[in-house]
Amino acid sequence: MSTVLKTPEVQAATTYDVQKVREDFPILRQMVHGKPLVYLDNAATTQKPQAVINALVDYYQHDNSNVHRGVHLLSERATEAYEKARVSVQKFLNAADHREIIFVRGTTEAINLVAQTYGRKNVGEGDEIVITAMEHHSNIVPWQMLCEEKRSVLRVAPINDSGELLMDDFAKLLGPKTKIVAVPHLSNALGTINPIREIVRLAHAQNIPVLVDGAQAAPRMAVDVQELDCDFYAISGHKLYGPTGIGVLYGKTKLLEAMPPYQGGGDMIASVTFEKTLYNRLPYKFEAGTPDIAGVIALGAAVEYLEYLGLAKIEQHEHDLLAYATEKVSAIPGVKLIGTAKNKAGVLSFVMDGVHPHDIGTILDHEGIAIRTGHHCAQPVMQRFGIPATARASFGLYNTKEEIDVLIAGIKKVSEVMG
Amino acid sequence: MADLRDLYQEVILEHSKAPRNYRVLQSANHKAEGFNPLCGDHYTVYVDVENGKIRDIGFQGAGCAISKASASMMTQSLKGKSTAEAEDMFTRFHALVTGKNRNPEDLGKLTVFAGVSEFPVRVKCASLAWHALHAALQGKQEAVSTE
Ligand SMILES: Cc1ncc(COP(=O)(O)O)c(C=O)c1O
Repeated sequence: MSTVLKTPEVQAATTYDVQKVREDFPILRQMVHGKPLVYLDNAATTQKPQAVINALVDYYQHDNSNVHRGVHLLSERATEAYEKARVSVQKFLNAADHREIIFVRGTTEAINLVAQTYGRKNVGEGDEIVITAMEHHSNIVPWQMLCEEKRSVLRVAPINDSGELLMDDFAKLLGPKTKIVAVPHLSNALGTINPIREIVRLAHAQNIPVLVDGAQAAPRMAVDVQELDCDFYAISGHKLYGPTGIGVLYGKTKLLEAMPPYQGGGDMIASVTFEKTLYNRLPYKFEAGTPDIAGVIALGAAVEYLEYLGLAKIEQHEHDLLAYATEKVSAIPGVKLIGTAKNKAGVLSFVMDGVHPHDIGTILDHEGIAIRTGHHCAQPVMQRFGIPATARASFGLYNTKEEIDVLIAGIKKVSEVMG
Repeated sequence: MADLRDLYQEVILEHSKAPRNYRVLQSANHKAEGFNPLCGDHYTVYVDVENGKIRDIGFQGAGCAISKASASMMTQSLKGKSTAEAEDMFTRFHALVTGKNRNPEDLGKLTVFAGVSEFPVRVKCASLAWHALHAALQGKQEAVSTE
């Protein structure tokens, strides 16, 4: 179905019709506190198109069975759908090989996997791991745990007041002791897009592999892991219009093959005796136990849906929304944006004079507007900006300018209520 | 539908902007921290207890209007009370903000927090300082968390 619509001619001919896109998302047709839902919490999680919901339902209604182990027809169908989703994700990230796509629970598990396998094998006492000052906790804590175990050192590349990575300082942190670099493609708290290509070039010049946390970037721009040349790329299904509980670790074959397995169990073995176990080949070496089969298949539907809409169009649409919202929000007296990088996407974090973000969140909720308030699992970012929390509106492919107008009116209402 | 004004009453807004007893209490012999890891609200409550009575009480920290006003009004209503009365008030205050208190009258001014019961996600904000107070009176050393 989507393959027919994906031909370049068809794509070029259609413009982005956001009202039509919204019809694909049944959850958006509802009232909240008597007002139409305005969902602006897409960096936390995204809503699911009917195609994804159908994929889940269809799987359980027609094909449910275990993968890679039955001779019967249902198992064959489930296995085929599961492996087809892997190829869809491979295309989505433009990975060289479908065996480089490993299904995990999400970005968090992907990063933990790399820390616990690649990290434990290659990072030793006194070695260094380089991250940035704009990480989500999931790209801090797994490395801290590794550092604690191995007596290695976590080095943090600083950011400027706009929330941009200071590239000179970053470059200076790299050295013979650096064993891995882990950076976000797009910061969930600030919206900053990092120059991954440049980061990878600098790290590779010293033979340091680079893990990219792609949780926020993958739903917002076309990602090409070969072009980026990163060694690992982590994504979460639920942030790209797919189900919760499923995500992907992309890794280059050479690195994955040299890494020990993550968890032991069924599926990840080639043969087991009590004396010795031979591990399975990629990607199964890293997929122990019965996977989230329905989740994988629905994730496949999600990335196909994104490709059907066109990542370039989604990116442009969200770019326009962010530009519009940035202009309107910064014009409101007493409001200050946190994160004003030149290269930014999807996320508008802000604070208001004399009003705590939590109160902003409650008042906006009353207007039907869902935003996130708090530290966004990025406490060091809050510390960097000397604030306890922010209010964050984050955009998705179904948001409209009219919704941003509702947000602006809501923020003005906050000032009224709080006086 | 709950009205925002039920939550953000004038008295509450006023206390949040000019909190009472907002200071480190040098004479404190009980002290505890309370924080809400979800939103980062964080307060320290200081209590000076003598012969089972709260002689003085203060607090400091940062958080939303509800948590700050609640801390402020808590300190006002507890000065001079016995620690047993304070614990009892916490129980009744908690019942109030969760909508379970049938005679809120004896909570005095604190009844302005009744509106919180219509906003379940804000119950933790309203009770944060009280949890810290409870920990302080119990002599707990670790910071209490609402999670
Ligand atoms: C930048 C970033 N990295 C990692 C994560 C963690 O993703 P998950 O909770 O799906 O594992 C998030 C989600 O909030 C994120 O925004």
